[in-house]
Amino acid sequence: MAQQVPLVDYLVLGDDPHLVANECTSCGARFFDRRNACASCFGTEFKKADVSPTGEVRAFTIVSFAAPGIPVPFVAAVIDCDGTSVRGNVINTPADPEHVSLGMKVKLATYEVGTDAAGTEAIGFGFEPLN
Amino acid sequence: MASDDIWILGINMTKFGKHPDKDIVDLAAEAAMAALSDGGVTMKDVGVLAAGNLMSAAAGIGQQLQKQIGQTGIPVYNVANACATGATALRTAIMAIKAGETPVGLAVGVEKLSGAGLLAGGARKADSDEWTPSGRYGAVAGVDGRIGTETMPGVFSQVGMEYGHKYGGTSFELFARISEKNHSHSTLNPMAAYQKKMTLEEIMGDVMVAYPNTRPMCSANCDGAAAAVVVSGEYLKTLSLEQQKRAIKVSASILTSDPYQVACQILPDVNTLTRLAATQAYEQAGVSPQDLDLVELHDCFATAELVHYDNLMLCDEGGAVDFFESGATWRDGKTPVNVSGGLESKGHPIAATGIANIWEVCHHLRGEAGDRQIKDAKVGLAHVIGLGSACGVHILERSAA
Repeated sequence: MAQQVPLVDYLVLGDDPHLVANECTSCGARFFDRRNACASCFGTEFKKADVSPTGEVRAFTIVSFAAPGIPVPFVAAVIDCDGTSVRGNVINTPADPEHVSLGMKVKLATYEVGTDAAGTEAIGFGFEPLN
Repeated sequence: MASDDIWILGINMTKFGKHPDKDIVDLAAEAAMAALSDGGVTMKDVGVLAAGNLMSAAAGIGQQLQKQIGQTGIPVYNVANACATGATALRTAIMAIKAGETPVGLAVGVEKLSGAGLLAGGARKADSDEWTPSGRYGAVAGVDGRIGTETMPGVFSQVGMEYGHKYGGTSFELFARISEKNHSHSTLNPMAAYQKKMTLEEIMGDVMVAYPNTRPMCSANCDGAAAAVVVSGEYLKTLSLEQQKRAIKVSASILTSDPYQVACQILPDVNTLTRLAATQAYEQAGVSPQDLDLVELHDCFATAELVHYDNLMLCDEGGAVDFFESGATWRDGKTPVNVSGGLESKGHPIAATGIANIWEVCHHLRGEAGDRQIKDAKVGLAHVIGLGSACGVHILERSAA
């Protein structure tokens, strides 16, 4: 199997792909990039926390007009994963309002973004309908 | 008038639209000269200048403007605060007056955006031939379009959809009808970039940018400038009765940023800071939302206008859909919103917007708005939001003089 790297460092690959956040040990606020202090309570201690791979669509848009090179249309969404909001695309379903809806249940899914010159695959994530 | 009140003495906006023969200095100078003339003062009287131009924020538009209309050695503050840049410039001048540094300030906002496409998410770096993690998320390739969207239409579409998820009642057609209202209003505004009435069918059938916002439901990129001369109440007392009569009282001037909310770093929360600014503004001015004769709010997209009915407390919490359905926000309604045509038709030359919306309100309060005059308007509110975020709210009142 080819070598794989995640598209972003908060995506953990393996048998059970999931997202991981930096969680404030004082108030529990979660951030996907580093923080010097918590934006909510100013605490300075953080620990890694796994994010639930299932959730529901809290908001979405179907983008038809994007930068050159980005395939459109695609569904950009905010997914509420058991209390942790995640930004991601809704994938593996047609990008139209008949197939994507507010409150829709989804689960994390990975896909191959591409392969570089060394043969390493970059793996991205999105959310697909649960059913 | 109390000595420590703040007043708008003179104010002006250029026509919004295409100005191919004018650069940002020309446009800023046109608005500034007209605002000074409107107030009956000159650069000699001005003690502080605050100026904003977002797209070339490092260029020092304030000093460039001085070289064009009068260099007197006064302090210049060049400000940049996303789409709240104009309101921030005005508030900077107001703060200098409140601090007692000078009784007269000039605020200017200018932008050239005709022909601009997406202002964010307009380009994504090509993938490299070696996956190397970089940036705050250790990304090995561009994430725009792969992990959500960076485009403004996409972000604000989600803002409107989130409101629908929370309270229900929204639909593509509902958002399009908000746009229909603003395009209808624009037909009475000769300063608007677009004055074309559009049917619901035309709006919904136009090019989809980011569902549910089609092209006419997005703010129009265009050129324009706006400027305001603000003075202390004490200074205004020394001026003519005619100047005092046309002066507009700044009953509240508020600027907020977004306080932490869960998920606000995933999808920008444009709600909490607007509600915070509105609450402070109503308290400072001693007026309630029911007192407002007109509101100019930041309809950068049709989806945004809906949520701001709620955020500015023009309706009950969660009641924005019913409020719009009641007809309240049409120009003959209870609380006319965006009688200028709003950003969707008047246009959105970013840094000019936060002063131009105040010009619109002042125009009505002075009774000078011609065909689109809201009859006997006494109190109005102007709101802008810059993503990131910054929110400016000003409440304005007609002079009692």
